[in-house]
Amino acid sequence: MLVYLFRRLVNVVFMLLVVAAVTFGIFFMVPKLTGTDPAMLYVGKIADKVAVEGIRHKMGLDKSIIEQFWLFLKGVFVGRDYNAGTDMTHCAAPCLGYSFKTEREVWPLLLNRVGVDFSLAAGACVLWLVFGTATGVVSALRRGTALDRLTMSVALAGVSLPIYFTGLVALAVFGHQLGWFPINYTDLTDDPLAWFEGLVLPWVTLAFLYAATYARLSRATLLDVLGEDYIRTARAKGLKEPVVIGKHAMRSTLTPILTIFGMDLGGLLGGAVLTEKTFNLRGLGYEAVTSIQSSDLPVIMGVTLFAAFFIVMANLVVDLLYAVVDPRVRLT
Amino acid sequence: MTTPTETSGPASGAQPDGASTPEPPKKIEGRSPGRIAWSRLKRDKVALAGGAVVVLLILAAVFAPVLTALFGHPVDEPHPDQINPDLGLPKGAFGGISGDFLLGVDPTFGRDVFSRIVYGAQISLLVAFLAAALSVCIGVVMGIMAGYFGGWVDSVISRTMDVLLAFPQLLFSIALVSVMPNKLLGLGDTGVRVAVLVTVIGFFGWPYIGRIVRGQAMSLREREFVDAARSLGAGRAHILFRELLPNLTAPILVYATLIIPTNILNEAALSFLGAGVRPPTPSWGQMLSDAVGIYQADPMYMVVPGLAIFITVLAFNLFGDGLRDALDPKGN
Repeated sequence: MLVYLFRRLVNVVFMLLVVAAVTFGIFFMVPKLTGTDPAMLYVGKIADKVAVEGIRHKMGLDKSIIEQFWLFLKGVFVGRDYNAGTDMTHCAAPCLGYSFKTEREVWPLLLNRVGVDFSLAAGACVLWLVFGTATGVVSALRRGTALDRLTMSVALAGVSLPIYFTGLVALAVFGHQLGWFPINYTDLTDDPLAWFEGLVLPWVTLAFLYAATYARLSRATLLDVLGEDYIRTARAKGLKEPVVIGKHAMRSTLTPILTIFGMDLGGLLGGAVLTEKTFNLRGLGYEAVTSIQSSDLPVIMGVTLFAAFFIVMANLVVDLLYAVVDPRVRLT
Repeated sequence: MTTPTETSGPASGAQPDGASTPEPPKKIEGRSPGRIAWSRLKRDKVALAGGAVVVLLILAAVFAPVLTALFGHPVDEPHPDQINPDLGLPKGAFGGISGDFLLGVDPTFGRDVFSRIVYGAQISLLVAFLAAALSVCIGVVMGIMAGYFGGWVDSVISRTMDVLLAFPQLLFSIALVSVMPNKLLGLGDTGVRVAVLVTVIGFFGWPYIGRIVRGQAMSLREREFVDAARSLGAGRAHILFRELLPNLTAPILVYATLIIPTNILNEAALSFLGAGVRPPTPSWGQMLSDAVGIYQADPMYMVVPGLAIFITVLAFNLFGDGLRDALDPKGN
């Protein structure tokens, strides 16, 4: 178990390194292709030559790409000093550098934004996991009935709808027309009730779309599992149907559900770009899009790493949970 | 590959449904898996309806110039007379829908929404199909190699797929699209954007197909016909592409059909975030993005492109689901 955990953690670090290297490589190459100078982005257009050279030296942009990447990695783990002669700035670990645009540190900036995504994901994931799986299970147990056909039609519609359409419709109808929910986001620390009310629409719309996938998946998996020999054995030895379904069938049904749950949750925490734009939320996704539009390389780099971190970690947690949920899985 | 023939009826001597006039006994013939799948698909009305809509959409996209000439107006032609100059919104009710403008006009310019939807279908389908083709090509080659060779080949390919799946794809795609130059390799603005969209969407899509093909190739590798081919002295390339590949057509076909709707949603998402084809070339996601600010005043402009995406994706999903069921050897 411990060996497995250690191996997986090494794997996580390796994956993050690859993501960082690729992102760094591409965004280091891009300014060269398009002919923009990163140092110019820091100081703005009106700066004189000396100031540009100064900032280039201070930010280490005059070094080779390998050296810059090494300094970046060092910054993440032990912090980093930017100095140009007398002018020195210390950036404590984990240091992701400074934004080109605002010249503020990237790390606190991202920490500020991630709260929105945690709020969004927290409510939505509970809703979609519970309702999606429950719907799929009921559908599978009542296979072929009108209820099954109805829920599966709704689920198929759900997987065919994009959030930026359903979200807008929900906003137009429940936010504006009926006025049931506020259309603005409030921080949890400012006003918990307003926070909750403001998130109901994003939660429900997002959860509906995800639940559709989960309902389809859990229905298909449970139907597969019910055809297995061990289910027949369980029935043959006289177990009651609720025990057969609840204790025997559900365990292996949950495995694939957990897999995509890890991916979905990780993806959402690392910035729900589309949901954020639709509901005008200012999270990591918003930060990412803004930084991309202004070629703010350090912020792009930071958001990409942040997002990759969540995806990889969520997958790790899910793999560990397998062993708990599915008796057939042994971690070695 | 052959499958057991259905030899009830005449062979057992009894008329199955007690028909009084004895029909000439049906000739017993082996049916290939392809024909079984086709006869199943023919009975699946919902899947056929989906397929019909898909064909219609493709025809509409191909004959977009004809359609707009018959039922609409030139795609970029502004109609200021249809716009309320104070608000910048369509004069008529429901987004300016009339006999002349079947789906209304867009805000600010007063361009024909019908024409823009039809031309938008061109971009959407073109990107979705080409990206699917790219994903399938890379995914099949990589998956089949990983599954057949195993060992370090499998490790390298599998780790690559893991890293790709851990990438924040959407963020990365926006970033890449936004830094591409306007002209490249003799392609115009729209051409470059389409090429980049296809590359980005197709490239991030291959691990999904790769994983499935890998799993299938791993189990096929152990089968007798592969041993037979090997003992007859067949080369690696022959075994991979002449022996294994034909047995993989069914899952590849199904996932290719199901990846197209995902690609349509991805293209629309990128356009929604401003990373699709550049205006004035129309695309559905971009229309929805324009609709974000004005959905209260002009809800039709949000509903029409939203429904276009929904109907297209739903049709592909219905057809893909039907195809999967028809090709499933366990089905009946």
